[in-house]
Amino acid sequence: MSFWNDPLKVAADWLMGILTGWGMPEIAAQILIGFLGILLLISVLMVLDIFLVWVERKVVARFQDRIGPNRLGPFGLIQPFADIIKLMIKEDTTPGGADKVVYNLAPMLSMMSVLILWAVVPLAPTMLGVDLNIGVLYIIAAGAIGTLSIIMAGWASNNKFALIGAFRQVAVMVSFEVPMLATLLIPTILTGSMGTGAIIEKQDIWFFWLAPLGAVIFLIAAIAELGRAPFDMAEGESELVSGYNIEYSGMKFGMFYAGELLHAFTFGGFLAIMFFGGYRFFGLELVSPFLAIAVLLFKAFIGYWLIMWVKYTLLRIRIDHMLAFNWKFLTPLAFVLLMVVALMNALLAGTPTWLYIVGMFLSNVLVAWGALEVARSYSRREREKVEGPKPVVETAQH
Amino acid sequence: MSQWIYIGLFFIVGLIIPVGAIVMAWMLGPKKPNPIKLSTYECGIETVGDSWVQFKAQYYIFALVFLIFDVETVFLFPWAVKLGQLGLFAVIEGLIFILILVAGLVYTWRKGMLEWA
Repeated sequence: MSFWNDPLKVAADWLMGILTGWGMPEIAAQILIGFLGILLLISVLMVLDIFLVWVERKVVARFQDRIGPNRLGPFGLIQPFADIIKLMIKEDTTPGGADKVVYNLAPMLSMMSVLILWAVVPLAPTMLGVDLNIGVLYIIAAGAIGTLSIIMAGWASNNKFALIGAFRQVAVMVSFEVPMLATLLIPTILTGSMGTGAIIEKQDIWFFWLAPLGAVIFLIAAIAELGRAPFDMAEGESELVSGYNIEYSGMKFGMFYAGELLHAFTFGGFLAIMFFGGYRFFGLELVSPFLAIAVLLFKAFIGYWLIMWVKYTLLRIRIDHMLAFNWKFLTPLAFVLLMVVALMNALLAGTPTWLYIVGMFLSNVLVAWGALEVARSYSRREREKVEGPKPVVETAQH
Repeated sequence: MSQWIYIGLFFIVGLIIPVGAIVMAWMLGPKKPNPIKLSTYECGIETVGDSWVQFKAQYYIFALVFLIFDVETVFLFPWAVKLGQLGLFAVIEGLIFILILVAGLVYTWRKGMLEWA
């Protein structure tokens, strides 16, 4: 067991030796080592978060045919640090009439809800913060704190726009949680466990090939959950200025902003874990845990990039359309898919692997095609209601 | 049990970092409040009426529908975990459960509760 094979265990054993050598009880030493490990993970995440600001700004600039930050340092890499200094020394205002405790607590909870998600993210085969056997449920529960922070921010700001933005955002977040829950059931069925580590270990074939439609629904629901365009009702700049965070400035706004970016990146990571094999890449993860982390981060970045791509390509959708899309299309579709996956998984159990994969894939494609056909015929009928029936070519009267 | 100690530690560290950043900003930044600066920002127009506005009843109905689904899907997780060992009969039972769930959604839909009116 060398440092390169299992760095965390080696470091933990080394620290354990020193601490117990000082006469510290073993349980206290264990908790202290856990604390230090978590501090290390979260510090790395915060540094990553700083660079996400740069990535986001650079990518949006490219999408909009601009250059983006390019003055400070090579490729503008030092720009986020300048932003942090600016946020730090900015006057911290609390609007008159605001509920001070709730107002100040909201940005902290917003950031925390994202950071605690990483407790169940498996970084490498030997590196998993906490191997909870209810990992998937934990992700959903931790995500709910984010919803709470938004309604707190909106309510405590003593501002109409903030309140309306928070209402809309929460309506969207709770609505899209239903299809998200349904699609998270699919990896659980395929694995037979809710643990994130077990889900990755099971993916000799990426679950994307077994349930491609599930991955797509998960991505859509994740984007809505993040409150990013095209589902960013809360921030509708043209009507609500900035939504729930309108009254925040300085570092408190910075926390919402950084939390949102890290949340998007985290959901890119969850997309990779649930459907794209997590840290696994043709046995590369067995060579070194550092390579495994690199693979996971790379996949998470691809997911994050997809989310950004959607954000900067599509237009904002009106709230009634968005909720109708969720409740009348995405939720029924997610539950139909769940039933089909459960049934096919049971029927195809014991068949050769190739038949299993082809059967699952085709059943998913069939469900997607059927759903799109239903949506198409419905929209055709709706269009005809507005425009009237298509004009029939007049035949010559005799 | 020890797993939940680490989850607790995650909560603590996850709270320390944003609290630290905000407290540091509070110490470094200037503090010169005045009533105009602290007034509600609504694009420069003075606020009319109470800020805590009445909310649309529709949000309430969506929240109710969500609540039913959320609770029911939590029931589905144990079913999903043990599905591989229980065989086809459990699958059919689960499907009936989901169909009852979807029937609730269809009922809400037919009642017109999903319309944003």
